[in-house]
Amino acid sequence: MLSLHNLHKNFGGLLAVSDVSFTVTAGMIVGLIGPNGAGKTTVFNLITGNYKPDGGEIFFCGKKISGLPTHEIVSLGIARTFQNIRLFSDMTVLENSLAGRHCRMRSGVLSALFRPPRMLREEKDAVKQALHELTYVGLETRHAQKAGNLSYGEQRLLEIARALATQPKFLILDEPAGGMNDAETESLMRLIRSIRNRGIAVLLIEHDMNLVMRLCDRLVVLEHGAMLAQGSPEEIKNNEEVIRAYLGAGD
Amino acid sequence: MSIRKLWDRHSHSPALFIVFFVFMALLPTLLDLGKAAGGGIAWLDMLNKIGISAALALSLNLILGQTGLFHMGHTAFFAVGAYATAILNTLYGWPVFHTLPVAGLLAALAGLAVALPIIRLRGDYLLIVTVGIVEIVRIALTNNIFDLTGGANGIYGISRPVIFGMVFNTPKLQYYLIWAFTAFSVFFFYRLEHSRFGRALCFIKADEIAAAGCGINVALCKLTAFTLGACFAGMAGTLYAANIRTIEPSSFNFYESVILFAIVILGGAGSIAGVLLGSFLLIGLQDLFRDFQSARMLFFGSAMVAMMIFRPQGLIPRQGGPKLACEIPLLPAPEQLEDASKGDVSDGKKDGGRDAFPA
Amino acid sequence: MEELLHQLSNGLALGGIYALIALGYTMVYGILRLINFAHGDLFTLGAYLGLTLLTSFGLAGHIQAGFATALVLIFSMGLVALVGLALERVAYRPLRGSDRLCAVVSALGASIFFQNAMMLFYGARSLVYPPGILPDASIHIFGAELPLARFLMFAFSVLLMCLLYWFIHKTRLGAAIRAVAIDPNTARLMGINVDSVISLIFFIGPALGGAAGVMVGLYYGQITYDMGFGFGLKAFTAAILGGIGNIPGAMLGGILLGLIETISSAYLSIAWKDAVAFAVLILILVFRPTGLLGERVADKI
Repeated sequence: MLSLHNLHKNFGGLLAVSDVSFTVTAGMIVGLIGPNGAGKTTVFNLITGNYKPDGGEIFFCGKKISGLPTHEIVSLGIARTFQNIRLFSDMTVLENSLAGRHCRMRSGVLSALFRPPRMLREEKDAVKQALHELTYVGLETRHAQKAGNLSYGEQRLLEIARALATQPKFLILDEPAGGMNDAETESLMRLIRSIRNRGIAVLLIEHDMNLVMRLCDRLVVLEHGAMLAQGSPEEIKNNEEVIRAYLGAGD
Repeated sequence: MSIRKLWDRHSHSPALFIVFFVFMALLPTLLDLGKAAGGGIAWLDMLNKIGISAALALSLNLILGQTGLFHMGHTAFFAVGAYATAILNTLYGWPVFHTLPVAGLLAALAGLAVALPIIRLRGDYLLIVTVGIVEIVRIALTNNIFDLTGGANGIYGISRPVIFGMVFNTPKLQYYLIWAFTAFSVFFFYRLEHSRFGRALCFIKADEIAAAGCGINVALCKLTAFTLGACFAGMAGTLYAANIRTIEPSSFNFYESVILFAIVILGGAGSIAGVLLGSFLLIGLQDLFRDFQSARMLFFGSAMVAMMIFRPQGLIPRQGGPKLACEIPLLPAPEQLEDASKGDVSDGKKDGGRDAFPA
Repeated sequence: MEELLHQLSNGLALGGIYALIALGYTMVYGILRLINFAHGDLFTLGAYLGLTLLTSFGLAGHIQAGFATALVLIFSMGLVALVGLALERVAYRPLRGSDRLCAVVSALGASIFFQNAMMLFYGARSLVYPPGILPDASIHIFGAELPLARFLMFAFSVLLMCLLYWFIHKTRLGAAIRAVAIDPNTARLMGINVDSVISLIFFIGPALGGAAGVMVGLYYGQITYDMGFGFGLKAFTAAILGGIGNIPGAMLGGILLGLIETISSAYLSIAWKDAVAFAVLILILVFRPTGLLGERVADKI
C-alpha cells in the first residue's frame, strides 16, 4: 500500500534520513521505533510532503507521491497527527474535526455566494461526519469546548478524530500515547485496533515499548537516520543489533 | 449587562448589517430634513469617502484579517482599478460603469501577478514587499508609464457614471451608488466567510501546517484570497475615480495603505462590523479634523500604539472560529451545560496529566 | 570613466549611510524579530537635532568646524539613542510576547507619531544645513576630480561600523547581545539580563541612525520631515540584501544598495531609481530570502 524506496534527506549537510526503505501493507499496524533523533519524525514529514526528499521515492497505492504537496497527499488518503500537537486550539472541538472534512468537500467561491442547496447539504453532511468521528474517539460530549482546554490525552484523540475526518486509507500517528496515563493508553490501543479494523492501515511512532510490542504487526527500527532492522515484534525483540543499539542503550 | 449580551450575540449577525444599511439608505433623506442645522452636501462628501474606504478596507480584510497575510500594499490595486477606469474613460471613451468589471479584472490580475512569487514569504517579509510594491506602482504612475497615466498630474475629466440612462452627477446619487457597492461587498464577504473557502482561510490563519495536514491547499487559498481582495479593491477604484473625477499618483501612496491597514487592525481584524466601524472612525474623524492635520496624525499614531497594547483584537473583535453557512442544531442543550462544567475539571486534569507523563 | 568614478564614490557615500541605518533594523530584527518601522524616523530626528544644535548654539561660528561637527554628531547620536530607548519602553516592551502583528502595527503608529511630531515642530517645508562645514576640497583619482566629502562620509560610516563590530565581537556586552540573538530563553537561563540587552540594542541602533541623519544633513544639505520613510525602506532593503539579523550583512547590503542606486540612476533613469531599489528588495526576497550572507534554516514541524 505504502512503500518507501531508498529515501534520503539531509539538513544543511547533516544526514537526517539515509537509505530508508520499507513497505506497509493494507490492514496492518506498523511501528517506527528508534532512539531520539533517529529521524523517525523526518520520515513522517517526508511521507506527508512536509519535507521534500533529497533522494528516493515514495509510492502510495501504486502512485508516486514523493514531491507532491501535502494537501494532495491528504486527498489521496494519507492523514497524520503531530508529535507536538497541532490543533486549532482557539477553535472548538467540533470545528477542529470539521477541518478534516475540508478536502472531501467541493463547494467553491461561487457556491459561497449563491448558496445552492447542494452546498448546504454538503455542509450538513460534513458536520454530521465530523461529529461522527468525534463520537468514534469518544469526544462527542466535548464538541462545544475549546480544543486548547482539553487534557493532553484528549487533544491527542481529537487530532486522531480530525485525521479520520479526512477519510484516510492510511493513518500516521506521531507519538499518539505521549502524555497519556495508563488507562488512556489502554483505550488508545483499542481505538487504534478499531481503526485498523475499519480498513485503515496505521503507521506510528511511539516510545512506549509496551504499547508498540502489543499493538504492532510489524516494526521498523531506525538509528541515526538509517534502517537498523525490520520484522515482527518478536523478531525485533530478539534482534541483537537492536538490543545493543536501542533497547539496551540505557544499560 | 443585558445590552452587552445582546451586542455580543448580534454584533456580527446579518440582521444588524441589514439595519445598518437601511439606516444608511435613509441617511441622505435625514440629512436633507436636517439641512437647516448645517450644510448637507459636505456630509455627503464625507460619507462617500467613508463608503469607498469601507469597501476597500473590506477587501483588504479578506487578505489581512481573515487569511492573516500581512499585506500593506492594497492601494496599489486600488490605483490599478482607478487608473483603468480613468484611462478607458478619458482616452477610449468607455462609459465609466462599463469599466467596472475591467478594473476589477485588471486589479485581480495585478494581485495574482504580485502574489504568485511572494505568497510563500514569511509574515513580515510579505509586509515589506507589499510596501515596496505600492511605491513601485506610485513611481510608475508618476513616470507616466506606457504614456497613459498622465505623470504626476494624473488624469482629469473622468465622466460621471450612467446606469440605464441615469446620470450619477450629484453627491447624493453618488452616495447611493457607493453605498450600494459597499453593501454588496459586505454581503459578498459575509457569505465568503461563512463558506468552505472562508473556513479554510480561518484554519490557515490559525496554523498553516495543520491546515495543510487537513488537506487544505494553503497556497491556492491564499492566492485566491489575495486575488479576490485585489479585484474588489480595483472595483472600489472605479467608484473612486468616478466620484473624484481627477486622479493623481499622490492619492495612492504608502500612507493611504497604512490608513487602510489601520482601519482593519483597529476595527477588528477579520470582523466585518469592525472594519465598517473602523472606516467611519478613521476616515470620518480625519475629515472632521482636517484643520488640525498634524495634531490629528499625532493622535492617530499614538492611538495605534495604545490600541495594540490595550485592545489588540480591535474595537469590534471577530467572534468565534470558522463559520458555517447555516447554524445546525447539534446536540441537546443539557449536554452542553454538562460540557461547561467539565471545562473546569479538564484544566486540572490537564496539569495532572502533564505531571504524570513529563514529555 | 570619470562618470563611473563619480557614481562609484557617490554610491559609497550613500551606501555608508544606508549601512548605518540598516544596522539599526538588522539588530532589532535579529533579537526581537520585529521590523522597527519607526527607525527611519529616528534617523530623521537625528538630522533635525543636528541642525538645531548646529544653528542654535552657533557652534559653527565660534569653534573650529571639525570639532563642532564632532560635538554635534555625538550629542545628536546620544539624544536619538535616548528617544530610541523611550520608544522601546513605551511602544514595544508591553507587546513582547503578544502577536507579532501587534508589534508591527505599534511600530507603524510610532513612525506616524514621530513623523508628524517633527512636522509640527520643524514645519512641513524642507530645512537646509548651513553650508561650508564639510571641506570643499577634491581629490584626484585616475584623472577624475572627486569631492573629498564623499570619502569622508564613507570613511566615517566605516569607522562607526568597525567600532560596532569590535563592540559586538570583542566585549562582554557584545557577547551577551550575540547570545540573546541566538536564543533569548537560553540566554536568560545563563544569567543574561535580556531586557537590558534589548535596551542596549535600542540605544546603539538609533545612535547609528542618528549619526546617519546628521551625515545626510551635512552631505546633502536638505532635510525633510518625511525623508525617513524613503531612507528607512531602502536601509531595510539593504539589511535584507545582506541577510537580516546579520551585522556584516547589513554593512555589505548598505554599500551594495548605495552603489546599485547611484549607478542605476546614472545609467538607467533618475526617475526610476527608487523603483530599482524596491525591485532589488522584491527579487532578493523571492529568490534568496536569507540574503547574501544569511543562512538557510529548516522550519520545525
